[in-house]
Amino acid sequence: MVRRPTARRHQPWADDIFKVLKDVGVRQMAYVPDGGHARLIELCLADKGIRSVLLTTEEEGVAQLAGAWLGGQRGVMLTQSGGVGNCINMLSIIRECRIPLLALVSMRGQWGEQFPWQVPMGQGTQAALESMGVIVHHVDEAERVGETVFAATQLAFNAHRAVAVIISQRLTGTGARG
Amino acid sequence: MAARKAKPAHITLQRRAVVKRILKHRGDALVVSGIGNASQDCAAAGDDPNNFYLFGIMGGAAMVGLGMALAQPKRRVVVITGDGELLAGIGSLATIGVQAPKNLAIVVIDNQAYGATGMQDTHTGHGVDLAAIALGSGFANAATVYTAPELEAAMDPILEDRGPFLAVVKVHAKAVRRVKVPNDGPYMRSRFRRALLGDAADD
Repeated sequence: MVRRPTARRHQPWADDIFKVLKDVGVRQMAYVPDGGHARLIELCLADKGIRSVLLTTEEEGVAQLAGAWLGGQRGVMLTQSGGVGNCINMLSIIRECRIPLLALVSMRGQWGEQFPWQVPMGQGTQAALESMGVIVHHVDEAERVGETVFAATQLAFNAHRAVAVIISQRLTGTGARG
Repeated sequence: MAARKAKPAHITLQRRAVVKRILKHRGDALVVSGIGNASQDCAAAGDDPNNFYLFGIMGGAAMVGLGMALAQPKRRVVVITGDGELLAGIGSLATIGVQAPKNLAIVVIDNQAYGATGMQDTHTGHGVDLAAIALGSGFANAATVYTAPELEAAMDPILEDRGPFLAVVKVHAKAVRRVKVPNDGPYMRSRFRRALLGDAADD
């Protein structure tokens, strides 16, 4: 029998992401609580070298990370796919000033989604990002998460680009409660 | 909570003069200015590599200030923005209140109108009290300023005292002469980072 996709509580790939973030010197993390990023959020909150900032809406994080980089610090935004739509106008500063942005997007409305209201923004996530010039990397295999995020950090912080890594719902799970 | 002050019959403070006064003794403070007249006000007070002018991202100025204040805890960061701009990102006051950056001050140049689109009313002329929202969000202090002596009393909270602090400065809505402001994004961000970080701007 094929196993039904469900919420993944075990997210060992998040530890690989955390190691990359530490290695490249990320100092600020902006987030809205999200099951897909639960493990990574825990790791960041427990780290004294990373300032984790809880947002009321994801667009705040885009502005915060622009300010962080202007002030000399690297940052990362952790968002669910639904939050990407909130960021569109705020991405103007990233694009117009060519400021680095690293966003890690945990998907809903994609692989095996069971809840209908997650589908519109989930299916629109990549197009929304690309409409504002954000370069999109995809990852759907646990063992490739670390290298994909590392590649994204190089493009973001060394080549001064806006980069989002879309982490497939195959890894984050479908979510049990909509 | 502090009792609301009685409003004077006429608002007499002029926005350019208010911002010029605030920035007169800024020292090495970093200044972020919000879309619209606030960026004009800051440039008119004297262009400076420690200024970062915003011309878009309505509602984003306070959060740019937060990210900068967290990155540069030894420098004062002053966000100067309009009432319409802050209202567009009002949730950011809650985010900033929780982070409680001691070195951040937000100055709202409040003309109770959307100046760039034809002076339509904002909520601040209809009872919305931004200073009360800041206090309710956990800011260390907040004040609404109507007069020149009240502006003088707000100078230390803006530039020196432990923050986060929010000042709402009520200014009249008469049109002011426009000035030229650098708006080339890559130039401004490189100028700002070079002045602040020196050679580390290349890292």
